[in-house]
Formats: sequence, C-alpha cells, structure tokens
Amino acid sequence: MVIAVLNSGDTAWMLISTALVILMTIPGLALFYSGLVKKENVLNTLFLSFVAYAVVSVIWFIYGYGAVFGSDIHGIIGIPTNPFFQGVIESHALYGTIPLGLYAVFEMAFAAITVALISGALVERMKFGAWMLFIPLWLTLVYLPVAHWVWGGGWLAQLGVLDFAGGIVVHINSGVAALALVLLLGPRQDKRLFPHQLTYSILGAGLLWIGWFGFNAGSALAAGQLATSAFIVTNTSAAVGLLVWMLIEYLRFGKVTLLGAASGAIAGLAAITPAAGFVNVMSAMVIGFGAAVVSYAAISYIKPRLGYDDALDVFGIHGFSGIWGVLAVGLFASPFINAAGTGLLYGNAHQLAVQALGIAVTFAYSFVVTLIIAKSIDLTIGLRVSSDDEQQGLDLATHDEIAYRI
Amino acid sequence: MKKIVALIRRTKLDVVKAALDEVGHHSMTVTEVKGRGKQKGITEIYRGREYQIDLLPKVELMMVVDDADVERVVDTIMHGARTGEIGDGKIFVLPVDDVIRIRTGERGSDAL
Repeated sequence: MVIAVLNSGDTAWMLISTALVILMTIPGLALFYSGLVKKENVLNTLFLSFVAYAVVSVIWFIYGYGAVFGSDIHGIIGIPTNPFFQGVIESHALYGTIPLGLYAVFEMAFAAITVALISGALVERMKFGAWMLFIPLWLTLVYLPVAHWVWGGGWLAQLGVLDFAGGIVVHINSGVAALALVLLLGPRQDKRLFPHQLTYSILGAGLLWIGWFGFNAGSALAAGQLATSAFIVTNTSAAVGLLVWMLIEYLRFGKVTLLGAASGAIAGLAAITPAAGFVNVMSAMVIGFGAAVVSYAAISYIKPRLGYDDALDVFGIHGFSGIWGVLAVGLFASPFINAAGTGLLYGNAHQLAVQALGIAVTFAYSFVVTLIIAKSIDLTIGLRVSSDDEQQGLDLATHDEIAYRI
Repeated sequence: MKKIVALIRRTKLDVVKAALDEVGHHSMTVTEVKGRGKQKGITEIYRGREYQIDLLPKVELMMVVDDADVERVVDTIMHGARTGEIGDGKIFVLPVDDVIRIRTGERGSDAL
C-alpha cells in the first residue's frame, strides 16, 4: 500500500497557482471587461466580477465542493458530505501530494471565474439584483453538475471526456450561458463597442495571461514535467492567437489593433485550456491559430448576422475557442505528453467522438438550464434595468457612485 | 468690445497661443470640444468592426478684445491655425455688451 505523503514543492506551486487563478478574476477579468464599456458603466462592470467571486467563494465551501467532488451519485452529482467544509481541514487529508483543502480552494477559483466570465455578455443593462440571484442559481444548477460530470468522476468522465483545465467546464459552459442569457435580456439601446479606457482592458488581458499559468499549469496539480509542458503550450497558443488576430485585421483593414491582438491572445488561451496537459508545442500553435480564426469569425460574421447582443463577446471568444480547444484535444492529444490522452493524430479516433459528445451535452444543458434560470428571474424580479437607468448608466442609477469625477 | 471664438485643430493650439503672446494678447479661455464641418470623419476599429466617427475633437479658443484689436487677433489666429487642408476650423466674432472684473468691479475695456 502506498502511503500518501505531502510534497512541499507541489504544495507551494499549487498555493501560488490558486492565487494566480484568483488574480484572473479580481482584478484581471474585471479590468478586461470594465475598460470596454462606456464610462457610465465602469463600476457596475467591475462589481459584477467582484461579487460573483465573493458569492462563489462562500457557496463553494458550504456545499459546492462536495457537489462536484463528493461521492458520485449515478454519474450526475456528488454528495456534499461535509457541509461548511467541516472536519476536512481538521483531518489533514491529502489529495495526491497536496492538502485536500488546497485542492478545494484551487477548484473554487475555477468556479468563480466561470461565473464572472458570463458577466461580460450582459453588461450595461442587467439589474444588479438579478445578477446576485443568477450567481447562486447558475453555480448550483449548471456549474456544479457539469464540473462533476467532467472532473468529479461523473458520467462524462466515465465516458473518457478529456478536459485538462476547463474547456468544457469553464469556457463552453460560460460562453453558452452568456448566449442564453443575452437572448432573454435583449440588446442594449446602444450596441456599439466604444471602449472608454482600453488601457484597463490591456492591463486586464495581461493579468489574465499571467494568471492562466496558474490555471493551466496548476491543473497538473504538481510541480513537475506536466506543469512545465502545460505552461509552455499555454503561452505558445496565446502568442499565436495574438499574432493571427493581428494578421487577420491587417489583411482586412490594413491596420492592426491592440484590442484585436489582446482578444486573439485570450482566444488562444481559452482554446489551449482543455488541451494544455495533453498536447505538444506544434499542436499548440495550430490550436492558437484556429482559436483566433473561429473567434474572429464568430464576432465579425455570426454575431451581427444573428443579432444577439453578446456585449463583450463571451460566447464569441470563450464559447467558440472553447469548442475548438475541446475538439483539438480529440485531434492532437499525445500519449508522449500525457499517457491519459490519445487523440486522432495518434490513432485514437474515438477520443474525437467523445469530445464532440462532451461539447454537445454541455452546450445543450448549459443553454437550456440557463434559459430556465433567467426566465424565472425575469418573471419574478425582472432581468433588465429601466430604459432611463440604462441611458443614465448603471454606476449612478444602480450604485449611486461614479468612476470618474472630472 | 468683441468676443472672438475660434474652433481650431488641437495640434495648432500651442502655435496660436505663442503667436498671440507675441502680439500682446495673453488672456484666453480654452475648451476641448467635438464638432463636425466639411472634414471627413475618422475610422476606429474595435474587434474587427469599423466605426465611422464624424464628431472630431477640436479646441475652442475664446477671448474678448477691444474693437481696435479684432483684426490683429483674428489674423494671428488664422495664420497660426492654418494648414490649408479641410478641417482647419472657423473663427466667429461677436459683439460684447460689457465686461466686469469680479475682483475690482472695473467695467468695459478697463476690465479686459
């Protein structure tokens, strides 16, 4: 019998990774989003991420962790046997070579950013109270089950779906939820994207990029070869995504934009997320390339054609690049990188089919349940602010404070 | 007395200011404004979408001078702000009934 032993190197890396993933939400994502909105909606946009982080932080330890990682019930959900995390820390239990509590708080950071990501689609018009209600409902009814299916030993995991750091659980899940929510919420009166302070967004994108090393390399759950491999391919895909988005803009407009470059990097990061622990550098380049292409196409051609107002392109970037990345695992997963994954290129066509199933199931589930949650909120307290409040801007209308006193 | 309102390019403000200093006109009020005239708009691109911006940033320079100084000030502004391209701006000259210096209560030309 192997006796589990705490490894201080692994533990140190996972403590840092956890803080890095939290940095992605507060303030990384909050800044990324807030720079893109109008100057009357800055604080509200920052607030959506901050409050999502806080609500998830609390619920996670009451029952969230248990629902994802507790004993499996028919592949559907886990049993929260330790509400309020009682007795877990006291037991000094380990998860692999790190404290179980550390694993739990690392996973908490993923749940938090997934909810916060959705907020980018609904900025400038959603009631703050409706968002406060949406966070626990969506976390409980969508995130916890999907995370259990993929990471908690649930039915998708049993079928062999591979999702290293959250292509399905984080990116497709939040991207699709964002789409469903804005379909009910309706378009803003002014749909133009006029970033009021693009430098915030670039600062946020930089923090996201750095934090993503905790997200992806941290998902190795150990400080070793796999974490290093994930670190490298994560960075490669981001860099290629950035350059390819620039190339597309240059070919189309003869100019390149910084927001475009940053968006390409984020698309590359989202796409490599499910693949980070399974693919080599050359595959990462293809993944980054494909991410910029599909997300650019989604934002430039699909969104205007269908008319939904995904304000800051959560579905366009995280949804589309997430789908591409999850499929890419089925194509490029190399058993030489990680024995746990073999894709089509290495002779396992079955993996691609399983990945596609994982995408379809998550897409359908997240879309339908998000619609039901949003419709319920709309019928009770209402989803959307008044037309006057929307025109005044949510900072003043909702919070009685303003971002800039000039 | 006349009020002179000049809408000029932002890039020309320093030149105009220096030229006015040379002819002895130091006092002015400057406001950043947006407007449109014959000049074509500019294009901004965000996430692959082009937006035509037809309100362009300009500087509005306001000063009040004696009637005798109007031509000299107008000439100075015109020469300083001119590039010869569309978008150089406009100068308006308006009559002023009275001027009061708040500190002393002086009125008219004495208050300028």
